[in-house]
This record gives sequence, structure tokens and C-alpha cells, in this order.
Amino acid sequence: MKLYDGGKIFIGLIIFVAFAAFPFYFNVGKVNAKPEPKTDTPAIQEWEKQNGKKQCVESKEFMRTEHMQLLNNWRDSVVRDGNRGYMSDAHTKRFNMSLQNECMRCHSNKKKFCDECHNYMAVKPYCFDCHIAPKEEEKS
Amino acid sequence: MAKLPKPEELAKVDYTPPKTSWMDTPVVIKEGMFCHGAKTKSLQTLGFPNARDWRPMDADWKLPENWKEILLNGIADRLKKYRSFQLFMDICVRCGACADKCHFFIGTGDPKNMPVLRAELIRSVYRKEFTLAGKIFGKMAGARELTLDVLKEWWYYFFQCTECRRCSVFCPYGIDQAEITIIGRELLNELGLNIDWIAGPASACYMKGNHLGLEPHTIVGNLEYMLDDIETITGKRIKPTFNRKGAEILFVTPSGDLFADPGTYTAMGYLMLFEELGLDYTWSTYASEGGNFGFFTTNELAKRLNSKIYNEAKRLGVKWILGGECGHMWRVLSQYMDTWNGPADFLEVPKSPITGTVFDHAKSMKMIHVAEFTADLIKNNKLKLDPKRNDHLTVTWHDSCNTARGMGLLEEPRYVLKSVVNNFHEMPEDTIREKTFCCGSGSGLNASEDMDLRMKGGFPRANAVKFVHEHHGVNMLANVCAIDRASLKPLMDYWVPGVGVCGLHELVANALVMTGEKERTTDLRGEPLPSAQAKEEKA
Amino acid sequence: MRALISLVAVLLLVAVAYGMAEANMRFLLGVVIPYAAVAVFIFGMIARVLKWGSSPVPFRIPTTCGQQKSLPWIKQSKLESPSGTMGVLGRMALEVFFFRSLFRNLKMQRYEGNQLAYGEAKWLWLAGLAFHWTFLVILLRHLRFFTLAVPVPVQMLEGLDSFLQIGAPILYITDVIFLAAVTGLFIRRVMLPQVRYISLMADYFPLFLILGIGVTGVMMRYLTKTDILSVKILTMSLVRFSPDASVLGQIGVLFYIHLFLISVLFLYFPFSKLVHMAGVFMSPTRNLAANNRWKRHINPWNYPVHVHTYEEYENDFRAKMKEAGLPVEKE
Repeated sequence: MKLYDGGKIFIGLIIFVAFAAFPFYFNVGKVNAKPEPKTDTPAIQEWEKQNGKKQCVESKEFMRTEHMQLLNNWRDSVVRDGNRGYMSDAHTKRFNMSLQNECMRCHSNKKKFCDECHNYMAVKPYCFDCHIAPKEEEKS
Repeated sequence: MAKLPKPEELAKVDYTPPKTSWMDTPVVIKEGMFCHGAKTKSLQTLGFPNARDWRPMDADWKLPENWKEILLNGIADRLKKYRSFQLFMDICVRCGACADKCHFFIGTGDPKNMPVLRAELIRSVYRKEFTLAGKIFGKMAGARELTLDVLKEWWYYFFQCTECRRCSVFCPYGIDQAEITIIGRELLNELGLNIDWIAGPASACYMKGNHLGLEPHTIVGNLEYMLDDIETITGKRIKPTFNRKGAEILFVTPSGDLFADPGTYTAMGYLMLFEELGLDYTWSTYASEGGNFGFFTTNELAKRLNSKIYNEAKRLGVKWILGGECGHMWRVLSQYMDTWNGPADFLEVPKSPITGTVFDHAKSMKMIHVAEFTADLIKNNKLKLDPKRNDHLTVTWHDSCNTARGMGLLEEPRYVLKSVVNNFHEMPEDTIREKTFCCGSGSGLNASEDMDLRMKGGFPRANAVKFVHEHHGVNMLANVCAIDRASLKPLMDYWVPGVGVCGLHELVANALVMTGEKERTTDLRGEPLPSAQAKEEKA
Repeated sequence: MRALISLVAVLLLVAVAYGMAEANMRFLLGVVIPYAAVAVFIFGMIARVLKWGSSPVPFRIPTTCGQQKSLPWIKQSKLESPSGTMGVLGRMALEVFFFRSLFRNLKMQRYEGNQLAYGEAKWLWLAGLAFHWTFLVILLRHLRFFTLAVPVPVQMLEGLDSFLQIGAPILYITDVIFLAAVTGLFIRRVMLPQVRYISLMADYFPLFLILGIGVTGVMMRYLTKTDILSVKILTMSLVRFSPDASVLGQIGVLFYIHLFLISVLFLYFPFSKLVHMAGVFMSPTRNLAANNRWKRHINPWNYPVHVHTYEEYENDFRAKMKEAGLPVEKE
């Protein structure tokens, strides 16, 4: 098959393939570290000792996909209505709607917990634009 | 021939599409909307297949038995030869931007006159025969069988397109319906399905050198009449030369200008201008046609007819070629001639002997448009002009489709025009320059039996003229196209009575003060000049 | 009717994906079909372009939309009637990035007394531009599922797209514009009688398919959330050619529907009108310089033709020519 204007067409096709196949070659030779969020802070271990299992305010599956929505609702509830009480489905316990004082009390390891997945997904929540992240010791 | 309805009747257009889908709406061939079939003799002269006398209204078109095979092979062949065709078959998204840009759609309301649908007529068959999706999904994929009805539909609608390219200006992919019509007509020609208004002039041009079939002595004779008129008006006798070897310049113009007014006035304009310049030029009776009706049949015939220009330039040993005012002539010259019949390395780069300007932009094709030539003269103050002589005219400018969209000749004629007339008004901006509207009779459709079609197709053009006629008192429609000069006249008489039609160089010659001329009392048409009229009134 | 059938076809595709996801055919949905779709898309488009490339451009036929280059004192329209490489590149860039030709769009209107007028009609241009650009941005944003150490430009794009900071997860502006534009284009297609008349199933189907992709994507982000961590583990394993089937079970059905519709789009692409994506670059009325008159264009299949020579002409008319005083070659 004879090609006319082959040079230009070839350049065009190279650009096309470079775009279309980008994900396939971009990751070559890079470490494929799956995220492993750690739930082994002293506070969580303490909870597990007392209750025999690990348990967040809601189920693990719910928290996985809906935590951002939950936090957003908490914020609205606290800031707009001044209501800090949260009754969860998973517990029959009342929680204090507070990122710093409730969530981060257990998950004091932001780097090993929050950031692990957020970095993997390249998500940049703006929680800590205002809130203060817990102090962590750099272990490396 | 059906009688042409009154303008009020013809202007009533229903844009509601039919209830049935276009594939299920068979073509109805209507009187007044098509031209007579090509005659046996014309096709034989050109060596075209299936030469026979036939009538479009007859059920039997006297086609060869294997017509379908011929067409499908023809399509396959064109797909391999023209990237444009292959691409335009594949990439249309039917956004409809082209729909109301076509003068034939605006004038008829017939949905098959939307450029997109005109293309779909052939695209649907392409899908059926040449694409996987069309073969598998058929009608669901927009594919349909090539039947006799479909063929008739092609013929009817490819001869309701003037190849003006206005749709291609608006298409986001530059799909050019002219290109599809050109190839569609080429396919139809393989079955002998042409119209005689095209095949006749094309065969005349092949044998006699021009569309009108003017034989050499007739050309000389016709020019003599003009020279007589010029003498009456200016008192000067001009003696042009024909087929003269050793002339510096070969002049080629459409033969329409040698035959009937108002084209003849333009030809008189050339004669007077060149005389005043003392130009060393010659007419040719062999290459006596600038236009190219072959372009409306097949690529091959277009090339055959076009070859005469370079051949004659070579035989006569001229240095370069000057081309007259014409539309499709210049599309063919600027986008095809050099490719077909070049390189014209026996010629020199055109150089104005008067101003010394070298026309570098034509250094390969070696031919320039007379509007470019004259614009250069005026810019360099080489002409003595008296625009007052055109004061009885209020002029507007019609850009011809082909010079506008196939060449880009927009400012040169305007510059010339503004230098020779005092009263000039542009038509609304969406109807001029690259958005100009066709006269409705281009691409060989300027016959007399398809007046309905021509008046409908010319409606948008006429409408814009009407606007400036009513608002600015425009009474003259100037242009650089022989088909325009022939076809805009009846169009104006029909839609905008009171507006005349003229070529650019008629106005140039009106204003041109020639050395040793007597005091002029009339313009080229024999109409009294405003100054003469004033004097008469005083006396 | 054609719209309805196309809608039903897309809904059927949704049902197929749902059924397959529920019937535990997730490896097929999540691994096999996407691989096949990407391969067909890339190789199909290459084949299509090569097919176009194998037909020559016999004539240089740019549509000149402005003043030609001629006399030095006449201002050439360098972008509308380009005469050199830079001009052509500029014209093509305007066409590809900003839909220059569509921007010219006018709407013919008829007034009383049969007066024609041509009104502004920029909606098609606006919707088309919005649709294509947001589609591109959304596609590029999805690179966060296909790259580790997500490239900074992609992250910046995402930041820009969500700068309004509405809701959680933060609303992407492009999602809204995209759905609005696709819907707008669909409404235009069915509302305008002429456009409806020319529309084929091949016009409605991709619209609904793309709308389906958009809706399922938006649902997954804002309504019925999916476990995107598992999604990324899957997508990263796919781009590394080592599919990780272990996460397939953890991902919601909606994701499989989304992915299946995308796969169908990719499979459909090279065989449909969507090839205009590549075709727009190859259109000879746009990508050629209007320089015919000083640079000869070569037609590779140009062949000698039979012409009526001057000699033949003179033989036909010699007597008449002599009588009219015209010079002849042979007495």
C-alpha cells in the first residue's frame, strides 16, 4: 500500500499513539505500591482490646466510599447548626462530630492512614487547609 | 416547458421536511428544475460512453445493462484516486451547519438540497457497498441499495448543485459538496447521464475552441462589431490581433463575452484598456475559451479542454498569459491547470510591461487575472480615469463563488471598482466575499429550460441585491464572471427589476480617458452620460 | 424513532453489562473487553488513517475564506487563505482547537416581504466546543486512575476543574458542562426539523452512549459511590499487563456499566462518524496552502489525455481562417 504525504501522516499517528498509549508506557519501571493504610495506632489498639474488634463510626465498607460525604455533613452540622452529636448506625454510641478531636483521636497517623490512599489516588482533600494535622514523628 | 411562476409564487417556500424519511421519499423529477439530457452527437464528439438521445422525464433512461457495476466500480476507483472523496464519505457528523447555507435549499426548501443530504445520497450507497457497518446493519447504519430510483435522484440533485463551495466554508471539517458533486457527475457521465447544456458547449469547445462554437471568422466578426461601437463612442478605431506569433501576452477570456450583452461590453472594455496601454498582446481563436464546461463533466475532459491554453501560448511563443473576467475559469486555472498541464516552463513570470510589476504569486502558472493587472495599473497611476462618467450608476459588487472561495480574489476587483465609480455600496456582509451567494446558474445550469431552478437558486443573491437596491438605490450589479453576466440579468429582471448587470472592465472602460478620444456622450451601452445629459438640459 | 431505537440500544448495553457483572463475568467485563476495546480503537484508527493516506490528494483545493496573496499592497488574509506552512498551521489550529468554521455559523431567517436575513447562530459552536473540550479534560483527569505519581499537569487540571469547592467529593465543573452540552446537542438534533430529518441512528447512538458514560460516571462520584481504591488497583494492574482479579469483586456494578459503555465507544469509534477526530486533520480544503499559482502541485496519477490539437483545428478551419485574414501555419 502506497502512502501519500506519508511523513506527515506518520508524525500524526505517532502523536496519536503517544496519547492513546500513555498509561501503558508511563508506568513502566515505576514501583506499583498498593496503598496499605495502617490502623494500628495506640488508640485503635486500645479500642480493639476493649471491644474485641476494630470499629470506626460506621462500617469499614461505608467509610471507604462515603467518609468524605460524612465529614462534609459533619462540618455542615457543626458549623451551620451548632450540632455536634452524631448517632451512628454501626454503634449505639453517640460521637462528637469533630475531625480533630474525634477522627484523629484514633487515626492519629495521618501520613500512614489518610495520605496513604489519598496520595495513591492523587486526591487532595482540603480538610487540613484549616484543621491542624496531628503531630507525627518522621520514621525514616 | 412549464411557465415560470410569478415571483410572489416562487418565493413561497415551505421548509417543513416531508413526513417520510428521505430514503423512503422517492425522487420526483419536476419540470423547470432540470436541463435536457445530453444529445448523442455531443457525447460522441467527446468520446463519452452510452451516447444516445434520452429524456429525463422518460421512465427508461436507456442505460447499459451493467450500469450498477459501472457505478460501483467508478466509486471504488474515485475512492482510491481522491482522498477528499474517501474522507468526505467517512467523516460527516451531520451537524447540519451547512443546511441553510445552500442557495438551492434556501430557494426550494427541498431537504435533499441541503448539502449534507445531497452528500448522503451517495454516502448511503458508499456505506452499503464499501463499509462493514453498512453491510451488517444496513438501513440502521444509514446504508441503502443502489437502485434506479437512487440513480435518478443522484442525477436530479447533482444537477441542482452549482459547485459553489459555500457549504464548505461553514463545515467544521471543510467537507466540500462541490467535490462530491464533481465526482458524482463524473460517475453519471460514465452512463452518458449528462445535460446538453453542458455536453453541448463542452463538445463545441473541444472542436472549435470555445463553448459557443464560434468559428474563427465569427470571432473576428463579432469583435469587429464591438470595434465599430467603440469607434462610435470614442472616435478611435482599434485593431486587435489574432493568433499572432511573437506577441508578449496571450489574452484568454470566456467566449460568452464575445457573444451577447452585457458580456460584450466587458469585452469592449478589455479592447479599449489594452489599446490605451499599447499592450503587445494577441487573442487566440484556438484557445478562445477561458471557461471550462469540461469541469462539469469529468476531470479528464476538463484537462483536455484546458490544455489548449498552454499549448497555444507555446505555439505563439508569448511570454505570459492574461486571463479575463470569469468565475469557474479561475477556479480551474488557479487550482487545476498547472497540475494538469504544467509546468509551463516555456513561459516567463508575468510582468506588467506598463508598471514593471512582477506578479510573483503567479510564477508557476504564468497567468494572471485581469483584475490583478488593472489594480496594479491604477495603483501605479498609469490610467487616466474619470469616474464621473459612471455617475449614473450606483454599483454593488457580486463576488463570484469560484474567484472568492477557490482563489481568494476579493480586494483587487473592489480596488478597481472603487477607482472607477463614485457610488458603491456593499451588499450585507453575510452575502459577500467568502460568504457570497451563487447566481443560481453556475456549473453549467444556466439553460433556459430550468428557469424555475435558476430563479429559486438565485433568490438569496437577488434578495441581497434587493436590499441595497431599496436602501441605497443600487442600479448596477458588477462582477467578474461570464456566467454571472449571462444569468444575473434574467435573475434581476425577475426579482429586482431596475438593476442592471455588468462586468468590471465595462466600468473601467467607461471611466478610462483615452488619448485622442473624442468627447464621449454615451457609455459603452449607448446610454447618455450624466455630463452630456446635464449639458443638453442646459442648452 | 431513530432516536428511540438508539436509546433502547444503549439501555440494552447497560442491561448486558449489569447482567454480566451480576453473573460473575467480571473478568470479561473488567479485563478482557477493555483490552480488546483499546486494541481495536488504536489499531482501528491507525488503519483508518492509513486508508485515507493511501488515496492521494490529486489537486490542491483549499477553500479560500479570505483575500489571496497577490499584490504586495493588498493585505492577504493569512489565516483564512493561508499561503505557507505557518498560515496552514494557524488555520488548522483555529479549526481543531476553536472550531473556526463552525463559529461562522449563521441562521437563515425569512421576514415579511420575503426579506432574507442571516442571524447569529453560535449555539451549535458553543455546545460543540464545550462538549469536546470538557470531554478532553475529563479524559485527561481520568489519568489519575492510570498513573502512579500522577503527573503534575493532571493534578493541576483537576485542581482547576474543582476550584469552586462545592460539595464532597468536590464537584467538577466539566462534569456539569459536559452533561449539559451533550443534552443540548441532543435536544438540538431532535428540535430542529432539518437536523432531525438528516439524523441517522449513527448520530443518536453515540450521543446516548456518551451520555450514558457521563451519567454513570457522575453517579459513581456523587451518588452511589464506588470503591475507587479498588478501581485504581485494577486499572493500574491493567496498564501493567498483569490484571489483578482479586479486586474485581469489591467494585460496584455501576463501575462495570461505566467501563462497558466506554469499551463499546472505543470499539465503535473507528467504524463510525467519530473518525472525524482524525479526519479533521486531513481535510484537503483546510490543510493545504493556497499557493497553487506559484508552487506547482503534483498529481501522482496525472496521465496524458487526448487533446484536439491546433493542427487539427487549423485543418478544420483553414479556409475560413484565411478568408478572415487570420495567420495560418500551413498554406
